[in-house]
Amino acid sequence: MPEEKASQARGGYFGPYGGRFVPETLMSALAQLEREYRAAMADEGFRAEFERCLREIAGRPSELYFARRLTEHVGGARIYLKREDMNHTGAHKINNTLGQALLALRMGKERVIAETGAGQHGVATAMAAAVFGLRCEVYMGTEDIRRQALNVFRMELMGARVVPVESGQRTLKDACNEALRDWMASVEHTHYIIGSVVGPAPYPEMVREFQSCIGREARRQMLEAEGRLPDLIVACVGGGSNAAGIFAPMIADEQVRMVGVEAGGRSMKLGDHAASLVAGEPGVLHGSLSYVLQDDEGQTAPVHSVSAGLDYPGVGPEHAYWKDIGRVTYTTCTDEQAIDALCLLARTEGIIPALESAHAVREAVRLAAEMEPDQIVLINLSGRGDKDCNEIAEILKRRETKES
Amino acid sequence: MTDLSDNRLVKVFSELRAAGKKALVPFLTAGHPDLQTTEAILIDLERRGVRVAELGIPFSDPIADGPTIQASYTEALAAGVTSQAVLEMVRRWRAGGAGLALVAMVSYSIVFRCRPEVYLRSAADAGFDGLIIPDLPLEEAGNLEPLAAADGLANVMLIAPTTPPRRRVEIARHSRGFIYFISVAGITGERERLPEDTIRAVGELRRHTDTPVCVGFGISNPQMVAAVCEVADGAIVGSAIVRRISQHKDLPTDQLVAKVGEFVGGLLEPIA
Repeated sequence: MPEEKASQARGGYFGPYGGRFVPETLMSALAQLEREYRAAMADEGFRAEFERCLREIAGRPSELYFARRLTEHVGGARIYLKREDMNHTGAHKINNTLGQALLALRMGKERVIAETGAGQHGVATAMAAAVFGLRCEVYMGTEDIRRQALNVFRMELMGARVVPVESGQRTLKDACNEALRDWMASVEHTHYIIGSVVGPAPYPEMVREFQSCIGREARRQMLEAEGRLPDLIVACVGGGSNAAGIFAPMIADEQVRMVGVEAGGRSMKLGDHAASLVAGEPGVLHGSLSYVLQDDEGQTAPVHSVSAGLDYPGVGPEHAYWKDIGRVTYTTCTDEQAIDALCLLARTEGIIPALESAHAVREAVRLAAEMEPDQIVLINLSGRGDKDCNEIAEILKRRETKES
Repeated sequence: MTDLSDNRLVKVFSELRAAGKKALVPFLTAGHPDLQTTEAILIDLERRGVRVAELGIPFSDPIADGPTIQASYTEALAAGVTSQAVLEMVRRWRAGGAGLALVAMVSYSIVFRCRPEVYLRSAADAGFDGLIIPDLPLEEAGNLEPLAAADGLANVMLIAPTTPPRRRVEIARHSRGFIYFISVAGITGERERLPEDTIRAVGELRRHTDTPVCVGFGISNPQMVAAVCEVADGAIVGSAIVRRISQHKDLPTDQLVAKVGEFVGGLLEPIA
């Protein structure tokens, strides 16, 4: 089984990374979650129900799409897109929220909470809560509420309460803090649906498993379309869930090169970007040991990205492990480059990617240009860009004013 | 296991127990509103009869803390308080002859970043007697316990209302100095009354351990201190004190110190 290598989170650790650095109040809930998760994954009935939800609610499998005009434009390797943007609710996030909502039901919890940055995870959680009749509250920084007004409205339409977070930088990290605080007081009846491969064990492994449908499908679809696996897979990395989902099922296929793209923001000065793996150091944040952007004393550093979903000072511990063993290469893409890539994909393929996914598009295009025409590049197009249109319009307007 | 019989925290609790007395453990955020004031409050509290105090090391993402303590951390960090500066303050305060037992409440993020062996050695050198690392549960504390013991520091561990019975006993076995018993599931912050379960649970725990048990989270007035000290060895009061410091932070230092002192004096009354 090629998937096995990625599955070994020994005692919640991937090499030296991971663990469970949380207050004692949460320890029994994490132990329960781990037990229920293991039991569920060993239960044919649960797996069948999860598969059914992915098919009937998320609309899976998502398409593997050959980007012909983008390939011609670049003039290098053949570029394929894994179309997670075509899932219900518009991103890969739904794969994980369906899995965790099913687990919440299995554990008899009547309420779910979530943190959200771009709002995609919040929307996917609100949707799952509506489908399964769970109460739902989503923590969101007020800066992100401003940037992602459409997603706030969507969550509320689906019956979720969006709780504004005013602390810290008012973005994703602060929303995580508040969700954890809520969970400390509500743990008996509430399940916390973490949206990425971060947090204390078993979250990093569990979220990766729920997202692995992306890579399993892509592997099969690639073999059907081209008779072989891609030479290169590129995915954006904030917390790292879409990347883990497409990488993990092919991590044992050593001929497949993998690149994770972090937010390079305005510059590589601390505070101007969100590139935890490229520029950070090992540290502890939100319950696990991984690469973190922090100062010399361990205080979490401010971060910046044009994309709210990548605007996070930590990253999943399994990515830290993949970086250290050299299995995956991590790199960055700036705000400006991501916007250019978004416009390029829109014009060549009629697809408006999420700003997050545009980071992967940019790096894939750069690498594909240096590759041979018989080589294959696969981009995980993790989400669609409708939510970003207001933000992009403003940025493009500013650019025009600058140029004229 | 290194013997901690010379540890100030251990000594204070055994003296109190011998005298049939209980401890009030006030919590202060280091550097809130500034380090000089924190030092002055510590000196005043000792003069008023406090034997053990807890000092919170400001952290950017304190997930176990409620809005009051979190805001005090944010303000202290914004004012430029560093964990190195806190250690220097403690060293200076200790050099001035301070005798109360002092425990650092510090996130593992800070300890890890500094490297545990380095942080623990500097904390012990500066004059701390113990550590509470709220985000370092039993399973992750294995490497830290021998380091703390080697430096003569008591690693105080926490038990929550959600901790299953057998695990409580296991944590009690590992905890040094005292056991921090969290009265309510949730974050720090003032509450109206203590859950009755807490009193029962502390009584139950006492049957399994000789290590002193202190109860914290939500204790905000002398009545609650009295209720806790019926069963426990001490009561920890944090947010109620930090809130008063926030309220009066614009007063001249001596007046602020007096305000805090009066409040803590009131908390000490039921156990005098």
